[in-house]
Amino acid sequence: MPFILRRLAFYVVAAWVALTLNFFIPRAMPGNAVQSIMDKFPNLQPSAYKALEAMLGVGHPGSLLSQYGNYLVDVAHFNFGTDVQSYPASVSSLLAQTIPWTLTLVGTATVIAFFLGTALGILAGWRAGGWLDRALPGLMFLQAIPYFFLALVLLELLALKLHWFPIAQGFNGELVTPGWHWDFIVNAIDHSALPALTIVLTSVAGWMLQMRNVMITTIGEDYVVAAQAKGLSSRRVVVTYAARNAILPQLQGFGLALGYVVSGALVMEIVFSYPGIGLLLLNAVDSNDYPLMQAIFLVITFTVLFANLIVDLVIVFFDPRVRAREAAR
Amino acid sequence: MTPVLDIRDLSVVYRGEGGDVRAVQNVNLSLNPGEVVGLAGESGSGKSTLAYGACRLLRPPALITSGSVRYAGRRGGASGAVDILAMDHDQLHKIRWRDISIVFQSAMNALNPVLRVQDQLLDVIHAHLKLPRGEAREKAASLLDLVGIPRQRLRSYPHELSGGMRQRVMIAMALAADPEIVIMDEPTTALDVVVQRDILAQIVELKQTLGFAILFITHDLSLLLELADRIAIMYAGQLLEVGTAEEIKREPAHPYTKGLLNSFPSLRGARRDLAGIPGSPPDLRDPAPGCPFIPRCGYAVPECKEVDMSLARVRGTTGPQHVTACPIVSLSSPESSQEGVLS
Amino acid sequence: MSALSALRNLWRRLPLKARIGAVLMGVFVLAAVIGPEVTPYDPSYQNPSPSLSMQPPSSAYLLGTTQSGQDVLSQLLVGIRLTLELALLVGVIATVLSVLVGVSAAFLGGFWDEFLSLVSNVFLVIPQLPLLILLLGYLPQKGQLATILVLAGLGWPWGARVIRAQTLTIRNRDFIAASRESGEKSWRIILYEIIPNEISLIAASFVNTVLYAIGASVALAFIGLADLNSWSLGTMLYWAQSQQALQLGAWWWFLPPGIAVALIGTALVLLNTGIDELGNPRLRSARGTEKIAGHRVWPTDPTPVLAELVGARSRVGAFLHSFSRDSLLDDTSVGGDLR
Repeated sequence: MPFILRRLAFYVVAAWVALTLNFFIPRAMPGNAVQSIMDKFPNLQPSAYKALEAMLGVGHPGSLLSQYGNYLVDVAHFNFGTDVQSYPASVSSLLAQTIPWTLTLVGTATVIAFFLGTALGILAGWRAGGWLDRALPGLMFLQAIPYFFLALVLLELLALKLHWFPIAQGFNGELVTPGWHWDFIVNAIDHSALPALTIVLTSVAGWMLQMRNVMITTIGEDYVVAAQAKGLSSRRVVVTYAARNAILPQLQGFGLALGYVVSGALVMEIVFSYPGIGLLLLNAVDSNDYPLMQAIFLVITFTVLFANLIVDLVIVFFDPRVRAREAAR
Repeated sequence: MTPVLDIRDLSVVYRGEGGDVRAVQNVNLSLNPGEVVGLAGESGSGKSTLAYGACRLLRPPALITSGSVRYAGRRGGASGAVDILAMDHDQLHKIRWRDISIVFQSAMNALNPVLRVQDQLLDVIHAHLKLPRGEAREKAASLLDLVGIPRQRLRSYPHELSGGMRQRVMIAMALAADPEIVIMDEPTTALDVVVQRDILAQIVELKQTLGFAILFITHDLSLLLELADRIAIMYAGQLLEVGTAEEIKREPAHPYTKGLLNSFPSLRGARRDLAGIPGSPPDLRDPAPGCPFIPRCGYAVPECKEVDMSLARVRGTTGPQHVTACPIVSLSSPESSQEGVLS
Repeated sequence: MSALSALRNLWRRLPLKARIGAVLMGVFVLAAVIGPEVTPYDPSYQNPSPSLSMQPPSSAYLLGTTQSGQDVLSQLLVGIRLTLELALLVGVIATVLSVLVGVSAAFLGGFWDEFLSLVSNVFLVIPQLPLLILLLGYLPQKGQLATILVLAGLGWPWGARVIRAQTLTIRNRDFIAASRESGEKSWRIILYEIIPNEISLIAASFVNTVLYAIGASVALAFIGLADLNSWSLGTMLYWAQSQQALQLGAWWWFLPPGIAVALIGTALVLLNTGIDELGNPRLRSARGTEKIAGHRVWPTDPTPVLAELVGARSRVGAFLHSFSRDSLLDDTSVGGDLR
């Protein structure tokens, strides 16, 4: 139990750092951010100037500390301010529209890739991997490809040339309307297939390689040799003696890699014009939509921190030594 | 009587980029039913390699390059002995643990850290004894009774046990399938002297009750003098001397054995200066001709380089089984100055 | 002469994959050095003639042209140099930082160790790209320098963690204690005893950081957070994407930069595995299967006996085997002279 508390405390610290960075960066950067926004959006009311100033802290309305306090309160209420592109829509409403898309796509694909990669890694590390080992150079290449580039290639091949998958977006607006009915869901899945395939293909290689290496190290441990000496069945040795121990560093690696996976997936969404956070981010950058950029940063960071916490919980569940180690402190 | 394990001419190398490391060279050793044979030698002498190699448990880059290991236990069949080195995967699987089991050196490393003691015991029980669930659990509990561990420890994880307890669990596990041979690889090295004593006493008692043979590997010769029936002295991958514990103690024939015996103090008797054996073991990648002990031997003469290292009966001994690899030194040779004559 | 022979020695000890990586990387470094000098055209020159816009590869334009008539090949060559320059600079700066932080944390211990570890871990767990976007998004000019500083500023924690762990194990070893006893000053111990033992780790960390820098800079450029007037591989992809190269079928525009990035990345990963194995000899046996006497042996197989290995090789196996270096071991006296 203390282990979880320590991890929780750590994530709270990390979250606080993220919040503070989010607060200070716009105030620390050179240039007049507000002015550049106003220049880009001529149809903004002059009253927006004041609001933007307050949000970005230019013009010093009140002490820094009070601003910080207000900022924290705002964030706690999910009040990220009003958007500039689609003024006067609120940033949080924009986020609410796009988060579910990204979450389902990236979440599902990553989990699938992790399980598939880990399973293949176990095989490759143990025995059946004769041909898997030979595929290693190819897999390394696959791992080195940026997500969005593979997306481009797959799009070119499978969507444009072969017409197996739709070309863009989350669903076909001309055919279906959003809502919880079957037609829409099927259409949405159809549109998610290619992006999901991209994520799975690029990341499977990484998980597999990592699991393979951990398995090989674990197989070298004395208790695996002992398990073989004991005449236990191969299956038992692989699963309960080798894999069960190897999964622990693999899970830790998963936690650490989450940030990277999410980042890659976001950029990939742009290629597919998928209506997720990635596309929102691109538009925000293009138009210097700072409120949106900051909000996206916070949302992504908090999600990743939360996911890491879950991974830590899983590790504690699997590793009895962790509980004891922490209890002994 | 037929030995239950007969190792003949066994050689094991570790194949590497820089050449082969000859960890074991043409070793002959046999183990009789119910006997305790001690295998003594310093680190790197090849004793563990010999034992694990004989069971085909060594990992790459190990390679067995010669010899045979004949097992003639009760499960060896009416046809007599079977050669472990000629077995295929399935045959090997059958003799593992049921006929030959191992107590590993470091129990902390040899036990699965994420499984409870009960589960690990049950694993072994289910693998070899076809017992229904309830009986299997009872068997696991009775195994702990056998080594003197309280039953509630079944629910513990390895890291929750003390060193001595872990070692006892290892011993209990090794005896689960009622084997004929138990190889014990430095089972007490990592423990303090008091616990060591306890465990050794336990081992002796179990052996008397259950009747298995033991191949006891250790660097502690003094231990073997008390425990073993016969002792084999190993150095640089080769056997230098084999004899009964009495013979080794009273009339050590090989200079190395003499050096080993002089290296530790005895509790009783007159005080004397401790003498170690100066120098260090040779590089096994490029063995020099003749006896590997030449650089550190106080009796070395030029003829030593032509010695073929085969074990021959000690001259002037009463015991028929007392053999040595050194034809130069006899029981009546004068004490050496312990300085290398040939360096 | 000794430097050359040391290099040759190093080469001999590198496993095959690392050699491929090194050669591949060498090709790109060569391209980076001489490439921009030999571009057939000025990469920024926009040719107004519509007939030259978005043309597939031809003899005049080896890799085709962009929307505004620019030569893709020239852009590619300049792009390789820019991208590699940036990545290498980031690598150097970030590696220096991670060595500083890692060694200090391990050596100073106590509060400083806790503090530096906390900082590293926090920056490791916060997702990189969103933070990079936040930092770069607010800068009015998103030039090379800004990108380098920002990437280096966020790229050191990974290496720092690894180096700290290694320094801790070394620090507790006897020879360090001996140096301390003899009164050697701390900084001397660090410089002359600890760091030389970590060279391969530092090298691997450097390669990793370069890899990260390439990936991050290309991703940032792709979403437009870079100097869009310069020609790096990432900006090429940005322009290709925004000009609908994909939908218009202009594969020659987006494939070359993307493949270049992937190849550079692969080269670095291969190099890294080689450095790992060099520095940590135990990893060599962690190669999955071993070739013993020409036969593939799984670590979980029973110890092979030589007699049963000889003569069991298939014809295909023998052919493939002739390509592997282990066959040299077979034919020499080491294999035959075992008595």
